[in-house]
Amino acid sequence: MFDSNQEVLKVRGLTKTYRSGSRPLTVLDDVGFTIMGGDTCAIVGPSGSGKTTLLGLCAGLDSPSAGSVTLCSHPLGSLTEDERAEVRNEHVGFVFQSFRLIPTLTAIENVMVPAELQGRYDVREEAATLLRDVGLGDRYDHFPSQLSGGEQQRVALARAFINKPDILFADEPTGNLDAETGEHVVELLFKLNEDAGTTLVLVTHDLDLANMTNRVIRLRGGRIVSDAPGSRSGGFAAESLTENVAGV
Amino acid sequence: MKQWIWRFAARDTRGNRARLALFVASMVLGVAALVSINSFGDNLRAAIDEEAKTLLGADLSIESGNPFNERTEAVIDSLGGTQSRRTSFASMAYFPRTGDSRLVTVRGNEPGFPFYGAVETDPPEAAENYLQNGGALIDGTLMQQFGVAVGDSMRIGSVSYKVEGRLLQTPRESAAVMLFSPRVYVPLGRVDSALLAVGSRADYEVYFLFEDNRDADAAIDPLRAELREYRVGADTIEEERENWDEALTNLYRFLGLVGFTALLLGSLGVASSISVYVRQRVQTIAVLRVYGASIGSTVWVYVLQATAMGLFGAALGSGVGIGIQTIIPRILADFLPVDVAFSISWGAVLMGSGIGLGVTLLFALLPLLSLRNVSPLSALRSNVESSARQRGFGWWLTVAVIGLGTTGFAVAQAPTLGMGVGYAVGIFVVFMALAATARLLMWALVRRPPKGVSYTVKQGIANLHRPNNQTLTMMLALGLGTFLVTTMLISEHTLVNQITFAGAGESPNLIFYDIQPDQVEPVKATIVQEGLPIMSEVPIVTMRIHAVKGRTVESLREDSTARATWAHRREYRSTFRDQLTDSETLVAGEFQGTFDGSGPVPISIEQDVATELEVVEGDEVIWDIQGIRLASVVTSIREVDWRRMQTNFFVVFPDGSLDRAPAQYVMMTRTDNEEASAAVQSAIVRSQPNVSSIDISLVLGVFDAIFSRIAFVARFMALFSILTGLIVLAGAVLISRFQRIEESVLLKTLGASRSTVLRIMSVEYLVLGVVASLTGIVLALAAGWSISIFVFDSTLSIPAMQILYIMATVVGLTVLIGHLNSRGVYDRSALEVLRSEV
Repeated sequence: MFDSNQEVLKVRGLTKTYRSGSRPLTVLDDVGFTIMGGDTCAIVGPSGSGKTTLLGLCAGLDSPSAGSVTLCSHPLGSLTEDERAEVRNEHVGFVFQSFRLIPTLTAIENVMVPAELQGRYDVREEAATLLRDVGLGDRYDHFPSQLSGGEQQRVALARAFINKPDILFADEPTGNLDAETGEHVVELLFKLNEDAGTTLVLVTHDLDLANMTNRVIRLRGGRIVSDAPGSRSGGFAAESLTENVAGV
Repeated sequence: MKQWIWRFAARDTRGNRARLALFVASMVLGVAALVSINSFGDNLRAAIDEEAKTLLGADLSIESGNPFNERTEAVIDSLGGTQSRRTSFASMAYFPRTGDSRLVTVRGNEPGFPFYGAVETDPPEAAENYLQNGGALIDGTLMQQFGVAVGDSMRIGSVSYKVEGRLLQTPRESAAVMLFSPRVYVPLGRVDSALLAVGSRADYEVYFLFEDNRDADAAIDPLRAELREYRVGADTIEEERENWDEALTNLYRFLGLVGFTALLLGSLGVASSISVYVRQRVQTIAVLRVYGASIGSTVWVYVLQATAMGLFGAALGSGVGIGIQTIIPRILADFLPVDVAFSISWGAVLMGSGIGLGVTLLFALLPLLSLRNVSPLSALRSNVESSARQRGFGWWLTVAVIGLGTTGFAVAQAPTLGMGVGYAVGIFVVFMALAATARLLMWALVRRPPKGVSYTVKQGIANLHRPNNQTLTMMLALGLGTFLVTTMLISEHTLVNQITFAGAGESPNLIFYDIQPDQVEPVKATIVQEGLPIMSEVPIVTMRIHAVKGRTVESLREDSTARATWAHRREYRSTFRDQLTDSETLVAGEFQGTFDGSGPVPISIEQDVATELEVVEGDEVIWDIQGIRLASVVTSIREVDWRRMQTNFFVVFPDGSLDRAPAQYVMMTRTDNEEASAAVQSAIVRSQPNVSSIDISLVLGVFDAIFSRIAFVARFMALFSILTGLIVLAGAVLISRFQRIEESVLLKTLGASRSTVLRIMSVEYLVLGVVASLTGIVLALAAGWSISIFVFDSTLSIPAMQILYIMATVVGLTVLIGHLNSRGVYDRSALEVLRSEV
């Protein structure tokens, strides 16, 4: 586990350009920051500001056009796709907006997937404990289609923590949930995160959620426009966040 | 391989097994076709090996188209052993009780033959009795045709025989051959010698049994060259076994090739269902990649699933194939010389399943390889271009392996290299043409959607090119099925039409032959007495070529550098007349109809024979007419329309050149009904027993019977492809069912009625059925044209109404299957659908 003196994620000069028809479209432009062990960080910005692209690049899901990402001491740029997958398997947890549970697996089997990918097959009890922790002790053998959205996201949370990741990336974790369910999921997310001492990087539109982190990186037009402590650390104003998220 | 891959592959099939079962169903019949045919082939080979001796019925046979000369008789004597002679010839059989007569093949047998196997008769003792009592055995179909009973009298030539029994099975005869000319067995000693007069066609055979177990091949091999010189052939058990083995191997291999088409079509169904299956797994794969699964592992998960399903399909297909194998001997019964016992050939099962699994995996790999391009980013954004459609090296390599594998298999399976390559090219062209039509249709509909049509028509047509459509697969399944059925129909129609045409109109339909010069007038008188016209009276002189362009045929045959063909060796039955007939067209030179007696005789040669003999106008040909040499010069070359049912000749001499040569005559007439035909034949066979006749309508009937047997076998094998096509079609509809449900729910939510949704689907399947069947028919017309030109040497005949029926059936089936598999689509609740995640 990385402590607060160690860099979990280091991003330098990160640029991502796509081709849109015949002209290039720069989605991220020279982005750089460092996240230390145990930090909680929200990436906010209006639609199209490059948040999700940044998250994808940080997790090694995509390759940058320029710049570098060092994740848990691994310079992702020098790794092959399969090597990046190994790094994720060892160090990273993921929570998606639309849950992304595998529809053919039961809840407990979904939770076990990251561990089994590591070659750990005797993890049923561990997965069951996690499901109990997220309040799904009685839904082990249910398939995703038999669970509500909130329940599915809780299974996804349990899955994210099965490998005791050093860093957890969350992409709009409450985006598909109603306010009450979302609140409950966020509570669980932060609790599990705190218990495990995991570094948290989340992308969100949810002001309350962003305010729960101790650092907020604001993006606009693919560039970082501010990198400030969140309200959790006592420094970020909800009003300015609103301005930022709305893009005005 | 990591344990995870196995575990995940097994778990991931949950809820998808019905879809994967489709992919199994697509290949089952293809595997079944291969297993059944090849397993039957192995049984057949084993039966031939086991029954080799009964195929020939003796250790050795010596045969000739002429009575054996002295030297040959000496060779026969020197061979020793127990001998039994047989002489076979065509003649008219006359049944006095009913007054019927029929051209038959008479076999005059001596006791002894067959030394191996038995002549099976009803009653069984008749097999011996006919030889002892001087009676006859008659082919069952002939007895049935004329209502002949055991004990009836029958006359061949001037000799009467008592019918001792019905001929059931004998060595060297097959049911199909007997259809052409029914067999009649009589004792050789009681054959009317007048029927074997000089110029008559007969086969002379001696069968040997070597009790000392000597090697027949070793005994006859040193004598072959000398016997060949006298145009005498020899056959041993080993040769007979090889001949049958080769002929039947070709037959079942050809049938296997037809079955392979079903496997190829099924494999496309596999590729299509896997392709859709894989597209629906993109999110799952992306999540796995996010959580650390390597590219290879994710591909292996699905390769493993495909392999498991392929193995299951191969096992199921083998089971079905073994079941079908039991009925194949019944289907091929008329073509088999031996009874084939049923036993499972594990080699064939292994080969059929192996090929089935291999082909399935290769076709499954095409979509599976695209999994390598699924980006983990898809888990974050479902609209990420995963470049799943990119075709890399692996994809092209797989396509190349499929192409080479198909061609290799076709070449290995086909009777000849040309047929194998032709099959592979043909299949490729048909598949490509169907695929191109489907793509063109989709492209055209996107570029120029129909205007001014109703909403339902517009929606139905738009379904053909929407994402995840199954247009290509359905087009291939429907188009190939239509193509196979229509090609067979056109071929059959062309062939039957060719023969029917030949016997239609005012052309002669009853032919009398083997008429000796002194019988010409009496036969003519009998025909006229029966109120029938003499439409043609043609003299025929039997001859052989002695020399061509100064070189004797003998010297050509001995010279390994020279070319001696069938045209040099054959016995010619030539005529003489002063003009060309309407079936002949002059292609070179000038036809000379009379000969004044000076110089070589001017002759006209048929163009194929001229090519084989390498002669042109002005070249000399010397003939051997029963010992007399006659010099001739080629003055013209003719093209002959052999399809015309009349006397056609390779060589025509002018009037005045062969007047004194020993000739036989052929006479032709036309009857309007069976009764008149039977009456004149009976009248002639009573007065001139050696004269034979052929009733063209009977020939057409026999031809029809033979052809329908062959067509039945071909249809049986094509059935595999047609059924596979229907399975693939049903599969393609089922695969796109979820999408249809989504669309239907959306339309329902927006206010569309059940009938609107059904009409939209009807339009889609109707258009698909029409375009696919039309494409299949156009391709079949092209194939039918090629077959009529290059195989039948005939003009294409199109059964338009039947083709329309086929098209209507295909369209109807498409709409029906489409609706059957889409039933309940409208009834799904919107909530249920929107909550589903596929």
